[in-house]
Amino acid sequence: MSALGRVVRSGVARRRVPTIVTVLVVMVAVTSAVLGASLAVASRGPFERAFQQHHGAHLAARIDAAKATPAQLAGTATAAGVAAVAGPFPLATVSAGSGRFRMPPMEVAGRGTPGSAVDELTLTRGRWATGPGEIVLAVNGRFDGPLLTTGEELTLDDVPGNPVVTVVGFARSITRTADAWAQPGQVTAWQTAQSASQNQNQSETAGRAGYQMLYRLTAAGTQAQVEAGTEAIAAGLPAGALTGATSWLAVRRDVVGDTVLLIPFLIAFGLLGVVMAVLIVGNVIAGAVASATRRIGILKALGFTPGQVVRAYVMQALIPAAAGAVLGLGTGYLSTLPVITKTNDLYGTTDRGTAPWVGVLVVAGILAVVALTAWAAAARAGRLRTVDALAVGRTPRAGRGRWASRLAGRIPLLSRPVSLGLAYPFTRPMRSAGMIAAIAFGAASVTFAVGLATSLSRIDEVEDIAAVQVTAPAERPVTAPAERPEPGAEPPGADPPRAEPPGAQDGPPAISDPAKVAAAINAQPGTSGYLGTARTEVTTPGATGQLTAMGLTGPDASRYYRMVSGRWLRGPGEIVVATPFLTATGKKVGDQVTLTSKGSEGRDIPVRIVGEAFNIDEDGMQILTDQATLGLTPEAYYITVKDGTDIDEYAAALSTALEPLGAVADQVDHDPPEMLVLIDALAALLTVLLVVVAGLGVLNTVVLETRDRVHDLGVHKALGMTPRQTIAMVISSVVLTGLAGGVAGVAVGVLVQRTVLGAMGRGTGFTLPASVVDAYGPGVVLLLAVGGLVIAVTGALLPAGWAARTRTVTALRTE
Amino acid sequence: MIELRDVTRRYDEGPPALDDISVSIAPGEAVAILGPSGSGKSTLLNLVAGLDHPTTGTVTVDGVRVDRLGEAASARYRRARIGLIFQFFNLLDDLTVADNVLLPAQLAGTGRADAERRAADLLARLGVSRHADAYPGRLSGGERQRVAVARALMNNPALLLADEPTGALDTASGEEVRKLLTELHADGQTIILVTHDLTLATACATRTIRLLDGRVTADGRVTADGRVTADGRDYAAGSGR
Ligand SMILES: Nc1ncnc2c1ncn2[C@@H]1O[C@H](COP(=O)(O)OP(=O)(O)O)[C@@H](O)[C@H]1O
Ligand SMILES: [Mg+2]
Repeated sequence: MSALGRVVRSGVARRRVPTIVTVLVVMVAVTSAVLGASLAVASRGPFERAFQQHHGAHLAARIDAAKATPAQLAGTATAAGVAAVAGPFPLATVSAGSGRFRMPPMEVAGRGTPGSAVDELTLTRGRWATGPGEIVLAVNGRFDGPLLTTGEELTLDDVPGNPVVTVVGFARSITRTADAWAQPGQVTAWQTAQSASQNQNQSETAGRAGYQMLYRLTAAGTQAQVEAGTEAIAAGLPAGALTGATSWLAVRRDVVGDTVLLIPFLIAFGLLGVVMAVLIVGNVIAGAVASATRRIGILKALGFTPGQVVRAYVMQALIPAAAGAVLGLGTGYLSTLPVITKTNDLYGTTDRGTAPWVGVLVVAGILAVVALTAWAAAARAGRLRTVDALAVGRTPRAGRGRWASRLAGRIPLLSRPVSLGLAYPFTRPMRSAGMIAAIAFGAASVTFAVGLATSLSRIDEVEDIAAVQVTAPAERPVTAPAERPEPGAEPPGADPPRAEPPGAQDGPPAISDPAKVAAAINAQPGTSGYLGTARTEVTTPGATGQLTAMGLTGPDASRYYRMVSGRWLRGPGEIVVATPFLTATGKKVGDQVTLTSKGSEGRDIPVRIVGEAFNIDEDGMQILTDQATLGLTPEAYYITVKDGTDIDEYAAALSTALEPLGAVADQVDHDPPEMLVLIDALAALLTVLLVVVAGLGVLNTVVLETRDRVHDLGVHKALGMTPRQTIAMVISSVVLTGLAGGVAGVAVGVLVQRTVLGAMGRGTGFTLPASVVDAYGPGVVLLLAVGGLVIAVTGALLPAGWAARTRTVTALRTE
Repeated sequence: MIELRDVTRRYDEGPPALDDISVSIAPGEAVAILGPSGSGKSTLLNLVAGLDHPTTGTVTVDGVRVDRLGEAASARYRRARIGLIFQFFNLLDDLTVADNVLLPAQLAGTGRADAERRAADLLARLGVSRHADAYPGRLSGGERQRVAVARALMNNPALLLADEPTGALDTASGEEVRKLLTELHADGQTIILVTHDLTLATACATRTIRLLDGRVTADGRVTADGRVTADGRDYAAGSGR
């Protein structure tokens, strides 16, 4: 083995702590960088990617079979703006049930195969329905639940003869175009049977038989573009043939929900992870090489050229770094698997793992940083005159930081070990600066993560105040006790309405006697307040298409929305809107606008914008007003209960009270969206990793420091310093750097959070309420700043223990 | 009373540094330990200081089983009873002379005013007062060693241990330190002194122990020609008794 090889080998093997720390730091750094990058990638439009991967339908149109011929339908493929088309697929609405339960009516589309140029279906379980009597159910749709498995037999109650169908599989439609699928012939047979019996009964709903047409449009980014496409298609068909259309935007809103708001956060988090990784790796490597200055001096005295010294040290750093990188790549990819699995599951994407280029880039980047810092530090040490290099390491450079030592020694009430330790950082300012940076980044990550979690939970928390909701179900489906029906309506501010199947577009039925229901709610012991809601569609000049107006009533109304500017509603004739509405219409708070209600008469209602709220429903185009403004009556009530009320009992009691009024009370589900939970967990994991890296950085620095001072430590101990005093001294040596790092880190973290929120506001068009932006209270800031101290002390504990255990005799022999 | 009984100190490799030796030293004695490099002199001193533990055998100082003390207890033991002087002074370079001297008292938790008074007294007595606020790096070897002696005496140790205190000094500085130690002994200070320096041994020790390969080869009074008279274990030869 060459002399160089021997030096490298002994340098890696004998200098265990820097080697181990390098391996660990690079490993954690690569892990967090891979995780951060994957988070950023995975959260970038999973729905859009899945939509692309499966040629999702921009538009699902429902056609009256009696009014359009297949040829006319085929002709719509050439309509302006249509890029691709699939169908016609026969469409039937059937109600299924078994001995155990009944399901609400579901849309069954007839398709020969799952594959299609538009809205390609993915079979997730079982097989495709190939013959009569077979059906495939949609997953992640309205009726997805643990209740059904393949092989289940369902009876169709509303098809004459009550045929039995077997569930043979489950499939996912990215655009949720149907609740179930069967062979076209089968669906047509059901349609025919239904319409025959309806004609006999002279039923109003005759002509239910229809087709589904699925379209991809050349431009479908906005509601206006989708509506333009819809009009072009309708224009090519006989009047009244197009009976309904569902835009992919509605589906996207439903699926993606609040997670759009997270993306800037995640990207910032990923970047923070990468920057932190680079910084600490550089810090550790530079420290390790710098501490070897004396060894470098000896090597040079023996005849090593500066070039050989540099090569030796770059190799010495790269070997453990490469080992750490390989390990980190493994853990990084492993830790991203749950995200990938979850996004695949939620959005129907078919991602297998983080793209390999992410890993390659991360590893190459970090190894380059290692090589570069090692090169720079070794080149500096190699350039030192050999005598000077040999003199280094015995004692800290004479004179530096003595003022601090004197000052610390004069502080009354401090024990000597503590004051000695406090002065440590000033003898090696560069090293201390590196340590402060490491701690600062750790503290910044924690600060940012806390800000993220706080802001997100603040966005959600107002929706979560409702404990119980009251609705008036038309035909309340009988369900198995194991599965509660998913409530048809949701609190305002929660997810926008689901992509409703055509035919269900009229919304939930209004509550028949609102005054009595409200009275019953008020009379119920435990009630704190309530909000009644009703939805309708309106148009207003400046905003394209139909807008949802929410008619609100009840004492709780203002509690569900955070104001950005202006004030809350005080009576009819006033509206509160979100920033995108103001942007779109060019209005401001205080302006007058006219709402045109959807009703047959198309009534014009003048209203005044009295406030701007943070309301992300309907992409911020929702209008909030008093129900009297639009003459609506509530479709649902959301009730808050007094503290300590048993919500289960309350809901049951209220249901009993409401029974004569045809309304039911249900507990409101507050499960946060799965994706949000996952992202929170990963952000937490990333934070922990970054804090660990910061702690390792501190550990490394304190180890170097202890090694440099081992002789002095020996002297202290010879003079009677106990192990406890030694630990106190070493721990004190990181107190100031820890505090400085903590304070700097909190400042950086808050700055990053503000910047990201600013970007989020600009990117999404929403003005965030102050309560969401100001995520940090003074107590939290103080706690976070102390967090830097905690990182520092934790990182110093291990080397402090080593220092305390160092054999005095050995230490004294180190000369 | 210092008593090493059947003490062996063995390192991982090589012959034992101390090989089954038994030595008793009475209060007030000034004992010089002579011997060639590697004969185990420093090892013996370290055992008495509680810096190191024997592999077998016992070390008792004033009734304290030093070989059984844990780290913290041995630190407290050193603080209370032992003053250490080294060949290379071992002053802390980033503390002033005064702060170096104060350190043992501060570690022991002595009141600030008392400690400062005593440090000033010691610096004056050793003739280095004017350097009190200087850093050790600026002092000559002799001055540094006097500061080290002042530091060693700070807590009024019953026992002063010096490992080659003149080994790194020129003749003149060596002479200063020699005089200093002799005076201290004359004042009743018990001293154990490791040295190759015969002059130092004859001038200030009342008794000499000669070590070779970890064994005691002679124990008695050293003569000017370097022979140790009264071979054997004549512990009564000490003068401070
Ligand atoms: N920490 C140690 N590890 C291994 N051997 C040691 C150690 N300390 C001392 N020795 C060995 O013990 C013997 C005595 O050492 P020492 O007491 O320092 O001798 P002296 O002070 O008389 O020169 C020597 O052979 C030395 O190499
Ligand atoms: Mg020695």
